Amino acid sequence: MDYTPTQSGFRQQPNMRLRNSSVDGVEGSQLFEDMSGAAHGLQTGNQQAGPQPAGFSGQSILSDPMSNLAMAYGSSLASQGREMVDKNLDRFIPISKLKYYFAVDTMYVGKKLGLLVFPYMHENWEVSYQQDTPVAPRFDVNAPDLYIPAMGFITYVLVAGLALGTQNRFSPELLGVQASSALVWLIMEVLAVLLSLYLVTVNTDLTTIDLLAFSGYKYVGMIVGVVAGLLFGRPAYYLSLLWCCAAIFFFMIRTLRLKLLSEAAAEGRLVRGTRNQLRMYLTMSIAAAQPIFMYWLTYHLIR
Amino acid sequence: RRQHTCEKNMAFTLYSLIQAAILCVNAVAVLHEERFLSKIGWGVNQSVGGFGDEPGVKVQLMNLVRSVRTVMRVPLIAVNAVCIVLLLLFG
Repeated sequence: MDYTPTQSGFRQQPNMRLRNSSVDGVEGSQLFEDMSGAAHGLQTGNQQAGPQPAGFSGQSILSDPMSNLAMAYGSSLASQGREMVDKNLDRFIPISKLKYYFAVDTMYVGKKLGLLVFPYMHENWEVSYQQDTPVAPRFDVNAPDLYIPAMGFITYVLVAGLALGTQNRFSPELLGVQASSALVWLIMEVLAVLLSLYLVTVNTDLTTIDLLAFSGYKYVGMIVGVVAGLLFGRPAYYLSLLWCCAAIFFFMIRTLRLKLLSEAAAEGRLVRGTRNQLRMYLTMSIAAAQPIFMYWLTYHLIR
Repeated sequence: RRQHTCEKNMAFTLYSLIQAAILCVNAVAVLHEERFLSKIGWGVNQSVGGFGDEPGVKVQLMNLVRSVRTVMRVPLIAVNAVCIVLLLLFG
């Protein structure tokens, strides 16, 4: 029974228990019962344990140099890990470029939504540039953004769940099924557009994210159609879908004309040549694919 | 029954997209240069195009086929092996 002052408070407890169980070992089976050994130990060894709990509580976790070292090492590891993740993530997903597409404000969103539903009065469809870089969407209505497509996608999944629920066909897995199939169609459409752009050798500054944004604008029309169908029945669904399809077709043609066609053809003059013809066909087919997808992804929601 | 077929139409998952992509890339990688592509006039040395700015759709397609075959030959072995194992295990 020596009270050697040890550094760490942890090591004192097992010593206490060992001492007490050796004291009680004569009585038989209590060696294996930790609880009863400790209980006995507390009673018999109370006067021995007197000064020790005070010493034990005085040495808290933070003042122990070993755990200090461990904490410092752990936090440096964590910051190193975070740096590495940031660096590698930036290589795969261009985070800074993505931030450009989310730089929107309420007025832009309102104007863009109005443009998606009624694009016939808008005159100037050019994206304004600022020293060779496109201006942020906040300052120019014509710039593509990713906020509306992302929110539109999520809203579409929720509205699809709502529509299925009103027909008693809902189950939580169906939300995931709707979301993943809509995502798959979106990816396939973007890949098809990329492939056709490569084949026709269009020199354009449309990036993949731009194409993703343009393909995501149709969710707005789909949501309008489905909500109208839920509120007012099938004729309203067909009417509003027709209106939104025409609007998206017009919107896509006006937007893509400036990006894909050559200068002369974009201004509306008829330019001969197979290359311009191919580009015109490409623009028309991209724009025509939007209404097809809009109908394909919503017709099963309205009964 | 009608709703079941509708949902089966729509039940695409990302994994089925990956499988479809693997199958398509396999199909492109299997086209042999001498035995097949040259015979139908799609060989690479037959694409002497003009030096202007107009490669044309067919030349672009041939270049695409050749580059897919060159790049994806070795990774396709690994990807196909993984796909086969997954299909055997999980059906």
